[in-house]
Amino acid sequence: MKQYEMVIGLEVHVELATKTKIFCSCTTQFGGSPNTHTCPVCTGMPGSLPVLNKQVVEYAMAVGIATNCDITRYSKFDRKNYFYPDNPQNYQISQLYLPICRNGYVEIETQSGTKKIGIHEIHMEEDAGKLIHDEWEDCTLVDYNRSGVPLIEIVSEPDLRSAQEVITYLEKLRLLIQYLGASDCKLNEGSMRADVNLSIRPVGAQEYGTRTEMKNLNSFKAISRAIEAEKLRQIELIEEGKTVIQETRRWDDNKEYSYAMRSKEDAQDYRYFPDPDLAPVVVTQEWVDSILNRQPEFRDAKIKRYIEDFKIPEYDAQIITSSKHLADIFEETVELSGQPKEASNWIMVETMHILKVREMEPEKVSFSPSNLAKLIKLIESGKINRTVAKEVFEVIFDKDMDPEKYVEENGLIMESDEGALKEIIQKIVDANPKSVEDFHGGKEKALGFLVGQAMKETKGKANPALINKILKEILMH
Amino acid sequence: MSNIITDETIEYVSILAKLDLSEEEREQAKKDMGSMLDYIDKLNELNTQGVEPMSHIFPVNNVFREDVLENGDDRDNLLSNAPQKKDGCYKVPKTVE
Amino acid sequence: MDIMSLTALEMGRKIKNKEIGVVEAAKAALDRSEALESIVHGFVTLDGEGAIRSAQRIQKLIDEGTLTGPLAGVPMAVKDNICTKGLLTTCSSKILYNFVPPYSAQAVLNMEKAGAVIIGKTNMDEFAMGSTTETSAYGVTRNPWNMDHVPGGSSGGSCAVVASEEVSYSLGSDTGGSIRQPSSFCGVTGIKPTYGTVSRYGLIAYGSSLDQIGPVAKNVSDCTAILEAVASFDKKDSTSVLRENYDFSSALVDDVKGMKIGIPRDYFGQGLDEDVKAAVMAAASILEQKGAIVEEFDLSLTEYAIPAYYVIASAEASSNLARFDGVKYGYRAPEFEGLHEMYKKSRSQGFGAEVKRRIMLGSFVLSSGYYDAYYLKALRTKALIKEAFDKAFAKYDIILGPVAPSTAPRLGESLTDPIKMYLGDIYTIAVNLAGLPAISLPCGRDKKGLPIGLQLIGDCFKENNIIRAAYSFEQTREYERPEIAKEERR
Ligand SMILES: [Mg+2]
Ligand SMILES: [Zn+2]
Repeated sequence: MKQYEMVIGLEVHVELATKTKIFCSCTTQFGGSPNTHTCPVCTGMPGSLPVLNKQVVEYAMAVGIATNCDITRYSKFDRKNYFYPDNPQNYQISQLYLPICRNGYVEIETQSGTKKIGIHEIHMEEDAGKLIHDEWEDCTLVDYNRSGVPLIEIVSEPDLRSAQEVITYLEKLRLLIQYLGASDCKLNEGSMRADVNLSIRPVGAQEYGTRTEMKNLNSFKAISRAIEAEKLRQIELIEEGKTVIQETRRWDDNKEYSYAMRSKEDAQDYRYFPDPDLAPVVVTQEWVDSILNRQPEFRDAKIKRYIEDFKIPEYDAQIITSSKHLADIFEETVELSGQPKEASNWIMVETMHILKVREMEPEKVSFSPSNLAKLIKLIESGKINRTVAKEVFEVIFDKDMDPEKYVEENGLIMESDEGALKEIIQKIVDANPKSVEDFHGGKEKALGFLVGQAMKETKGKANPALINKILKEILMH
Repeated sequence: MSNIITDETIEYVSILAKLDLSEEEREQAKKDMGSMLDYIDKLNELNTQGVEPMSHIFPVNNVFREDVLENGDDRDNLLSNAPQKKDGCYKVPKTVE
Repeated sequence: MDIMSLTALEMGRKIKNKEIGVVEAAKAALDRSEALESIVHGFVTLDGEGAIRSAQRIQKLIDEGTLTGPLAGVPMAVKDNICTKGLLTTCSSKILYNFVPPYSAQAVLNMEKAGAVIIGKTNMDEFAMGSTTETSAYGVTRNPWNMDHVPGGSSGGSCAVVASEEVSYSLGSDTGGSIRQPSSFCGVTGIKPTYGTVSRYGLIAYGSSLDQIGPVAKNVSDCTAILEAVASFDKKDSTSVLRENYDFSSALVDDVKGMKIGIPRDYFGQGLDEDVKAAVMAAASILEQKGAIVEEFDLSLTEYAIPAYYVIASAEASSNLARFDGVKYGYRAPEFEGLHEMYKKSRSQGFGAEVKRRIMLGSFVLSSGYYDAYYLKALRTKALIKEAFDKAFAKYDIILGPVAPSTAPRLGESLTDPIKMYLGDIYTIAVNLAGLPAISLPCGRDKKGLPIGLQLIGDCFKENNIIRAAYSFEQTREYERPEIAKEERR
């Protein structure tokens, strides 16, 4: 069999983190009862008119600058005309002719080194409403809460060659946008969505094959699976002497199968034309500069600063900064506790461990840095030991509990009453003459055993340093 | 008439426009569109080379809103005109097969 | 006294002086409408209860001294493509047969703030597409001057009910002449303001880049007062223009000395009715006698305005009217199989022939392969037309010409040949393409006794030039009422 390579381009839709929609002052908050986040504009009422949210333009420009794009100095909105009930006007306001950003790139790390992935353009547009299938009545219900939520669509060049590259590129984009604060980029809530344009060609060929567009990819895993499946499907077609049809396909991740979304009612002729209801966006150099000056510290700069200022290992810094959200928690915890190494440990060891076990996204972490800082202080002051601290941390992670209150209420403060401890330890020494003998015979290990027994007896609450001290006193006598 | 509108064109445009024309309307549409396009072709007499297409009459740019929440829940008012509704949603024939 | 024979400002003054009550005025308008509607049929909806309620409220505000404007308490009507919260708004289309807007247009809010009492919603060509008001799904409106003739369109209802004195004034909308042409046919005065002067928020769009709301009344002073009330900078309309000033009344001066008036030769060529030509030329010489400098000139490009207009307006309309699909409001076909059939049947049954014709044309000129040849070509032509007007206004303060090639045609005569009907808009359409202000006011009558309109066109934001010239001309003649308005029908 011939060797084939994939040629992949991505269209990534990102919902921007504005408070209000792109063309009206309705909230963009996720969820809410159906149609409670709507107004005449985002439900397409006759006579209603759009007015552009300035923040949308600024976020789009920020992403464009961060992806090395040229910012279009005279940009316009166009109407994309098609009928579908999730789109109340039956046209989507988007940008075709003069998108806000063009000609950019991002660099990704691959096995064969750093690779530039070209960004063809980034344009602004409005999101559609949600269609809910009603099994009971076999009809569809329309909720316009998402209608008019601002999106940017990042269109890459066909520079990607494998599923791994696609995922790396998406992770890079996601991190960059999260760092900008332009979006939370949650794949499962749909605030980041990728459509995959894919074709195959024999290795070494220059011309492109016929591509298909894959939609409905809700996780990185789904994207990988869909890419592999589509590659095999296209190879099979070509090997059988058939042709690949240029079409849009919908991925069903449960069935691990895609099907064509064709219909004779869809002419795919969007009749784009400049929206007469919206004014052009004119960008001056000053505006670009002011966005540039407000760009946040990106990952590489953060890693460098963590190593220099916080004296934590590069490896730790890499892990913490792999999520903007975790990095934010880390920095605030350091600020409140003054203990970078401790803060780093709790995040890169304990937090990452829980995330892995529960298959959670770092963005879902919801405890407040102040509670983690308090936990660190409790350990520092000797009020709790590490065993207890781990237990308390899980409670903080789950319920964002105040650890001071929690250890108080649950009697987890370390046993530091010397008289009481002395009694317990004396009993243990009396009950283990063999270990005492071993200790005196020079076996340090025996001491560990006795300390362990004491911890067991006090249910872990005893101050280990105090146990050590008392034990040594008794044994030396 | 120099613009001959075919059945296929009328069929195509009525799919785009989501209009279901009767046989009689189709024939009329073919005639009307043909003669309108003949008339519009008059524009070809004009040399418009180098002329920027003018969509907005005034050079008004950068008309923005600030990102401030102003609207609250007005669902009942907005849904009151819906031909069919259910559970606070607009109800339509099913969209997926 | 027949209070409906008063002008809007006269009535406003009498209401202020407590000679007439606001409820009394509203009742007079309602009574008169009830008596004449079976003949004129200028309304789609009359809102008696709502009108009395708001009349009572407004009387209170006047008594309290909160409402002091010159139009406070005066009964008026609103074209049925302008949204009125809680009051049926149909665009004279079956597809909006039951649409009760959840909000009011900014123009309506502005008029309410000025103390307007809305009596009802006026008939029009369906979605403002037409020039006769015959394409309404709710029956034709008749010309108060002769019931066998059309009132013009698309604001035919708004103009007819002012001429018949069912209301004191009304709001219309003008996309290609839709205020000026019916004003001319009905013997009343109407202004199409500079694009961006009156908010389009709540005006159900036909051609978004061309649509403007404007006043219709019995004379220039009334129109000026209404324009002052309705014009505003609106943040909800991105094409709204913040003007340096909104004072139009100061232009009500009977003086045109030194004013430079250009008469485009292109407007007096083939197809222009002799009576119309004579009346308009007579108006020009009156202004000349009053001291204006009148000169003929070549405007050029006149014949290209109509084809450019039909491409642009139809293209925008095909997209603007896509939202009428049976999902969110309005008509949904009773029987269908699946989503796409619901769309097609609802739209095909809901829209009339002229609307479908323009949606089809608009969809075609935007479709792949034709966009450049038709749509962009039309936008380039528009740029050239704008340039031609710029050149003209470098030389002249105003342009004077007819409103329409003829007076009101007989009912049923126009719809058979669309192109011939479209040609009737030849003198008004370029004004919308160039965003200019223009006024139509009566300047005589033809042999059949039908009113003839005079059109004065100004440069952008120069409403005051046309208002001054119109006012000066108006001082030389009496306002003429149709017989139907004179009859006692109480
Ligand atoms: Mg898109
Ligand atoms: Zn909204």
